[in-house]
Amino acid sequence: MSTNRLIYLDNNSTTPTDPRVVETMLPYFYEIPGNAASRSHPFGWQAEEAVEYAREQIAGLIDADPKEIIFTSGATESDNLGIKGVFEMYASKGNHIITLTTEHKAVLDACKKVEKLGGEVTYVPVKNDGLVDLEVLEAAITDKTILISVMWANNETGVIQPMKEIGDICKKHGILFMSDATQAVGKIPVHPKEVGVHIMAFTSHKMYGPKGVGALFVNRKNPRVKVTAQLDGGGHERGMRSGTLNVPGIVGFGKAAEIAKAEMAQDAARLSALRDKLEKGFQDNLEEVYVNGNTENRMPHVTNISFKHVEGEGLMMTFNQNIAVSSGSACTSASLEPSYVLVALGLGDDLAHSSIRFSLGRFTKEEDIDDALKLVTAGVNHMRDLSPIWEMYKEGIDLSTVEWAEH
Amino acid sequence: MAYSEKVLDHFKNPKNVGTLDKSKKNVGTGLVGAPECGDVMRLQIEVDETSQTIVDAKFKTFGCGSAIASSSLATEWLKGKSIDEALTIDNMEIVEELALPPVKIHCSVLAEDAIKSAIADYKKKNEMVTA
Repeated sequence: MSTNRLIYLDNNSTTPTDPRVVETMLPYFYEIPGNAASRSHPFGWQAEEAVEYAREQIAGLIDADPKEIIFTSGATESDNLGIKGVFEMYASKGNHIITLTTEHKAVLDACKKVEKLGGEVTYVPVKNDGLVDLEVLEAAITDKTILISVMWANNETGVIQPMKEIGDICKKHGILFMSDATQAVGKIPVHPKEVGVHIMAFTSHKMYGPKGVGALFVNRKNPRVKVTAQLDGGGHERGMRSGTLNVPGIVGFGKAAEIAKAEMAQDAARLSALRDKLEKGFQDNLEEVYVNGNTENRMPHVTNISFKHVEGEGLMMTFNQNIAVSSGSACTSASLEPSYVLVALGLGDDLAHSSIRFSLGRFTKEEDIDDALKLVTAGVNHMRDLSPIWEMYKEGIDLSTVEWAEH
Repeated sequence: MAYSEKVLDHFKNPKNVGTLDKSKKNVGTGLVGAPECGDVMRLQIEVDETSQTIVDAKFKTFGCGSAIASSSLATEWLKGKSIDEALTIDNMEIVEELALPPVKIHCSVLAEDAIKSAIADYKKKNEMVTA
């Protein structure tokens, strides 16, 4: 391969904006510049019309009523609005929230804030395959529980939680059900009403739309759910989220939703075949390769792999001039702690340090996978040649019996 | 994060990768770090017993680019030094030479620990023999 070709396998971080989406957005910067809240002139009317059309496109993707879509700046804001907004709105009913240890930081940190505000939060652990144990989840419910928040699909492993079963538990106990569906919407069928999700956060830039625009689905009937606004201002979006709407972004988000609905099935089939090819290739080429998380219930485009006795960040350095991926290694963060998601899977810190997440996308080609296989395999071999613990492993030394000089 | 040219150079072309025969009494081995912490460094020295000079040094490291560069640099610096000179190598010299950012200083500390540990092993072995 040419040494300057870049291969993007980090689509769970963000996706490229589909050129068809960009084209749809362009008129809304100059030709149609209005504020969707301007009710007194054609500029405002045109902008409002465009926003309402996008709302329909997005509602169509998730089988919701357009009125149930609240536009935000992205999934982090949506998660915050959902968690804190429910905590405030339903304070008279209780103060207890249940979530998982493997949630995104936007949910976990919003929950931490709720705790500071006097709320109680239970962080339910997951099983070794990343799935929640439904009995453990249900046992965490108290008479103060107002909300269970479970992410639809995990950002690091792609593991999909049993949403319908959790929805049934919530219904049985009369508890609101929220989901951070950022990684799932637009890639697999996500229909919140069908599984009993009342509040759902998602974002445009994970589904080939632009960055800076997201949404919160808020169920309107049976039950009618409301969340307390976290921004004070003009009372836009049915009073739940003030602020001038990002019209070009919303138009792009809508177009992205329309494309996703039409092409989801074919994208998923193609990407899961490529993902499987990648996994099988590594397993054929290398020893001691582990796929992390449940492989039955997971997103079609993601694999999280540990290459034992190789440190993830060092491994990435062998190929990151050409291939973009993410690692659960501590060294990729300032904290020196490996991925809490992988540790929550009971992986052990050493395997968590050795993990690489490959997330494919609509624009991934088969030759990208072929080149990634070659380059990453070469990188793993290079790093294992350098690795004292690989040498010890090959000599038959049981590493768990070694007394390490921890630092 | 962006790496310095020197880190990249040591990472791409690491110096003195390998294994010395640890059963020889003039070879000292230092193994520091832990797999759970994300870095393990093994640094070995071969000492000329009459001059007490390090004639060869080898390393293997499990870790990030900065950890590999720190150990590669350490082996380069060790060769030709006397045991006493080697003991004066300070981690901050490695930080400066490789332009390591604050979050990577622990890699240099690990390299200094590995040097001291290898020398301690050599001394222990030889005191045992001479005693």
